[in-house]
Amino acid sequence: MLELRHVSKTFNKGTPSAKQALNDLSLHLNAGDFVSIIGSNGAGKSTVFNAIGGSFLVDAGRIFLDGQDVTFLPEHKRAGSIGRLFQDPLRGTAPNMTIEENLALVYLRANKSRSIFGITNKERDFFREKLATLNLGLEDRLKSKVGLLSGGQRQALTLLMATMITPKVLLLDEHTAALDPATADKVLELTRRIVADGHITTMMITHNIGSALALGNRTIMMNEGQIILDVSGEERARLTVPELLELFREKSHTALDDDRILLRAD
Amino acid sequence: MTLTLFQGTMEQALIYSLVAVGLFISFRILNIADLTVDGGFTLGCATSAVATLAGHPFLGLLLALFAGALAGLVTAVLQTKLKVQPILAGIITMTALYSINLMIMQNRANLPLLKCDTIYTWAAGWLPANLCKLLLLALIVALVLLGVFIFLRSGLGLSVRATGDNPDLVRSSSINPSHTITIGLCVANALVALSGALLAQYQLFSEITTGTGMVVIGLASLIMGEAIVGRGGLIRCLLGTLVGSAVYRLIIAIAITSSLQPSNLKLISAIIVAVSISWPAIREKLAVHKLKKAAMQAAREEDSHA
Repeated sequence: MLELRHVSKTFNKGTPSAKQALNDLSLHLNAGDFVSIIGSNGAGKSTVFNAIGGSFLVDAGRIFLDGQDVTFLPEHKRAGSIGRLFQDPLRGTAPNMTIEENLALVYLRANKSRSIFGITNKERDFFREKLATLNLGLEDRLKSKVGLLSGGQRQALTLLMATMITPKVLLLDEHTAALDPATADKVLELTRRIVADGHITTMMITHNIGSALALGNRTIMMNEGQIILDVSGEERARLTVPELLELFREKSHTALDDDRILLRAD
Repeated sequence: MTLTLFQGTMEQALIYSLVAVGLFISFRILNIADLTVDGGFTLGCATSAVATLAGHPFLGLLLALFAGALAGLVTAVLQTKLKVQPILAGIITMTALYSINLMIMQNRANLPLLKCDTIYTWAAGWLPANLCKLLLLALIVALVLLGVFIFLRSGLGLSVRATGDNPDLVRSSSINPSHTITIGLCVANALVALSGALLAQYQLFSEITTGTGMVVIGLASLIMGEAIVGRGGLIRCLLGTLVGSAVYRLIIAIAITSSLQPSNLKLISAIIVAVSISWPAIREKLAVHKLKKAAMQAAREEDSHA
């Protein structure tokens, strides 16, 4: 479904502050894979997402999405097949527009056969039905401005918007890190359910080692722009949090250094 | 104020309300201070005047819409494709438009339209003579507002609105924000030019300086309307432009009938805009000041008790 072939990226090339963020990185994801990604600060986790999403063009290598070469496709043209969530819950929604307008923004885009007179009642019913699956009571607040919602509600809404038209790949960049623990668990559970229901190919960056192992079918560890560990299946099922940390130390010759890392095993 | 003066004021309010609607799109929705307006308004005046002189008043309105959209397009290309700062992009277009407007007006600073057929003389043919201008303008403005309302609720309109609110979101819903900015600026400036076109035929002349300060006038109307009607939904915002424009024109009419010099009006508009835009900051300062004073007062009372 998604393939990165020998991708490299250096920021500030040719200056003293040059930083190789991706170093000849190759990765292949099968359809329906749910990959969790962990790594130290500056390991290149978010850079991989930016490369896939098209925030910048890579220096070398090729990126394929569902068989199509997207290496040089501009960001907004890839966006149709990529769903993205960021740590900041404010990033994925328009605060001064209502809940239904936010949903319509992504939905009407994909359905050209729409009424020119805005949102129809049929679409409204569909939005209500979708919102009800979030269990946040948002289905009764279609006309509320999104700016009035809490961070958790906005992130849940963003998740719904990103997956309403099933994307070819869903990129989650620490999307629960800015939420309180209870809300984070709720959004994570929603993520698990939506991804499973839609069989969506997903990559999730997390600093919670516990959820990295608990969610998905594959875990990748990154260091200095490279993948240093890639576990799945039987091997991953047997892995515990301490073992994973030990593996990281072995592979990278340093301790996992992330000031926000969470070692909870739940 | 006499009834005739009041009626004339409302007619002007209807004409200028289109500038406020245009600024609602560029300033409020796209979050861009678009200075193209000053040149675009005169562009509408000039285009409409030349067409009216040639005997085609309605074609004049259409041409003005088109010319205004073109001016918006130039500003949009400057800022989205060529990365000129938004304010500067507007200034560049506005400056260029001064020469272009003169060219359209055959190098004359003033183009009188005496004894020409205009849309208003046409309306006098089938509407009650003393109300024909007001009714015709009300009809045109109502149609424009309806069109803008439908546009802003359509899929494309939603993306334009999201652009000013959260460009990241627009990009991630696979829409190029450059396109939505371009569309928004074209629509906004088309409306501004239409306003100028209606004015030229109304006052029976086009003058090269008509548009000077139009951004500030439009913003003053927009902001006063918001203060009165509120900033709720789309309908409320669009009605606000009408109300704000009416209030602004009434203030001017009163100023003119009193001893105030008409030349002071732009100063008054500037003050209205400056104060209303900085109002949140002023309010915050006042609140902090109040809080401090209360705290000091409380501390003093505690001291005296002790």
